[in-house]
Amino acid sequence: MALNRRNFFKVLGVTGATLAVGKAVKAAPAPGNNIEFSGILYDSTRCVGCQTCESSCAEANGLPAPVDTIEAGIIRKTDESHRTVVNSFKTSKGEAFLKKQCMHCNEPACTAACLTQAMYKTKEGAVIWRGNKCMGCRYCMVSCPFDIPKFEYHSANPKIEKCNMCYSRLTEGKIPACVENCPAEALIFGKRRDLIKEARKRIVEKPEQYTDHIYGEQEAGGTGFLYLAGVPFNELGLNTSIQTKSYPELSKGFLYSVPTVFVLWPAILLGIREATKNNHSNVEDDE
Amino acid sequence: MLKMMSNTEVTIAKDNDGKSIWQFLIGEFKPRGKFLTPFNIISIPVILLGLAIIVVRFWKGLGSVTNLTQEVPWGLWIGFDVVTGVAFAGGAYVLTFMVYILNMQKYHSIVRITVLNGFLAYVFYAGALLLDLGRPWNVINPIIGNSFGTSSVLFLVAWHFLLYMVAQLIEFSPAVAEWLGAKRARKILSGMTVAAVIFGITLSTLHQSGLGALYLMAKDKIHPLWYSEFIPVMFFVSSVFAGLSMVIFEGSISHKVFNQISEKNHKAHSGIIIGLSKICAVAMFAYFFLQVLVFVHGKRWDFLNTPMGYWYLLEMIGFVLFPMLLFFYSYRRNNVLLIKVAAILTMVGVILNRLNVTVIGFRWDAAIRYVPTWMELVVTITVIFTEIWIFRWVINRMPVLRDSPSWVDEKN
Repeated sequence: MALNRRNFFKVLGVTGATLAVGKAVKAAPAPGNNIEFSGILYDSTRCVGCQTCESSCAEANGLPAPVDTIEAGIIRKTDESHRTVVNSFKTSKGEAFLKKQCMHCNEPACTAACLTQAMYKTKEGAVIWRGNKCMGCRYCMVSCPFDIPKFEYHSANPKIEKCNMCYSRLTEGKIPACVENCPAEALIFGKRRDLIKEARKRIVEKPEQYTDHIYGEQEAGGTGFLYLAGVPFNELGLNTSIQTKSYPELSKGFLYSVPTVFVLWPAILLGIREATKNNHSNVEDDE
Repeated sequence: MLKMMSNTEVTIAKDNDGKSIWQFLIGEFKPRGKFLTPFNIISIPVILLGLAIIVVRFWKGLGSVTNLTQEVPWGLWIGFDVVTGVAFAGGAYVLTFMVYILNMQKYHSIVRITVLNGFLAYVFYAGALLLDLGRPWNVINPIIGNSFGTSSVLFLVAWHFLLYMVAQLIEFSPAVAEWLGAKRARKILSGMTVAAVIFGITLSTLHQSGLGALYLMAKDKIHPLWYSEFIPVMFFVSSVFAGLSMVIFEGSISHKVFNQISEKNHKAHSGIIIGLSKICAVAMFAYFFLQVLVFVHGKRWDFLNTPMGYWYLLEMIGFVLFPMLLFFYSYRRNNVLLIKVAAILTMVGVILNRLNVTVIGFRWDAAIRYVPTWMELVVTITVIFTEIWIFRWVINRMPVLRDSPSWVDEKN
């Protein structure tokens, strides 16, 4: 098989395209190991269900103040105008509360899903949404295992609403509004590593008060928002069967195969084409 | 013979009557043939209604015309228009693989129409994707490079859609050149075919599977009978027989509706369909075997005796195993009619499978299930009808089904 000029350019073209595109699609979820993320620790045993976090969140983010009150057994959900809600649960130890909002995963599914980096994990640890990049495809919503991003379905210029750990306050050196205003000190803000230490300390000091587990330490590959509770977490409506691997891991294998296919396929296809060239003669009755 | 004569006349007229290219194009844009056909009578009101709904959608937001919820953010427009439509467009890469890579010249006569079908499918289904975007003005962000989300499967799929459309346009462009009588352009463009084919097959492999990979992160949301880490492989393998079934289905309609196919190709068509049925059967066997492996390996017996389990069995036995056997049987018996029946059953099965992953099995345990509104349905049908209109327009003007004009060198 002689490689003439024409074929040479064909191969060259395909290889060039391969290199250009193959590089662009290489998958690399940001490794979070050497960065110190901030987070929030929520202690359900201290929460009194006063909803101050809800109203201060609404105020800080220009959203309508919450009007509905907490009722035991009724699950309120975050939506496009409520970034956080507190629900009451009838548990084995009586009534207990649980605050819900974005978990700020170490390796978030939403940022791995986002094709424009509109969903973005900042170096501070907050997962934020950037409207100038977002094209409204809602793949973040499909991917998020906690169902956190919410979409304004009744707007011609819809936004994705979710807790962003009050990122603009963080950059001003302040702490998130919900943490600052919590009268029961159920919420604390700090470096994730310190928060885990603090949570461990509380469990060790009062083992009878706490379930021996920090929800979010391992869940979904580790989250920035961490939970302590007095009862098993499934009694508080949290998904306890969630995987401890991060969610972007699920599509990593596929993404890693892309450059391989891009290099191998054109070569194999060209090879087969050359090998079958002589079939031209006996075309009428193959099969 | 008469038809061939008239064809030649048209070509000569096009080349020599001294009309400017603009006069020629304006003439070509005028409608041809009878206007009040049954298809037109049905499709025109539907398309007008669909356009009105699309206006409302951009004016009042997605929620005004769709039943999408915060839990089910992707509905019929993604699950059917995009995911299912692209699977059916898979015939283009399979056929170009057979003809240009495996040199199976027997199928050469249906390459053009299949590529055209594939190209239009991508244009319209990517178009349907735009309807579903909340902020479509930002759609250029992942393309112009100011914010590449390279870890996103959707980023890959979006780029592949775009590049594959270009590849298909190159594959089809010789027909456009023949229509315009551009001899030199045709020579250059047909020289690019093989490169476009190789690039196109590579892209198709990745984005057909990529459409499945989109759902990999929705692990906790899809019914376990349909979720596995092999979704991408399943989507790829099923796109082979989905695409070929579409080719069989579309071919048998085209051969009835359009009376411009040469006698020779008309006669060869049965042979083509029988050959395709064999490939379908083998691909479906591989697919079914993979599904059984995933099912057994995932220890999913407990799910079988549930409503979703029966639904799964219906899909796997009624619309994969049965049409597969039908393909085998009718291939051995040379029964073209039964092959067409099998192709339709297979297409139903592919629609079921894609919808089961994306819509029906997605949030299958939710208290309130997503059911599309009639408006979502109308827009979906509008997309399909508009595509058929363009398809018909192209076929009536360009040498897609009929033979190329006489000046074309037959070797290409």
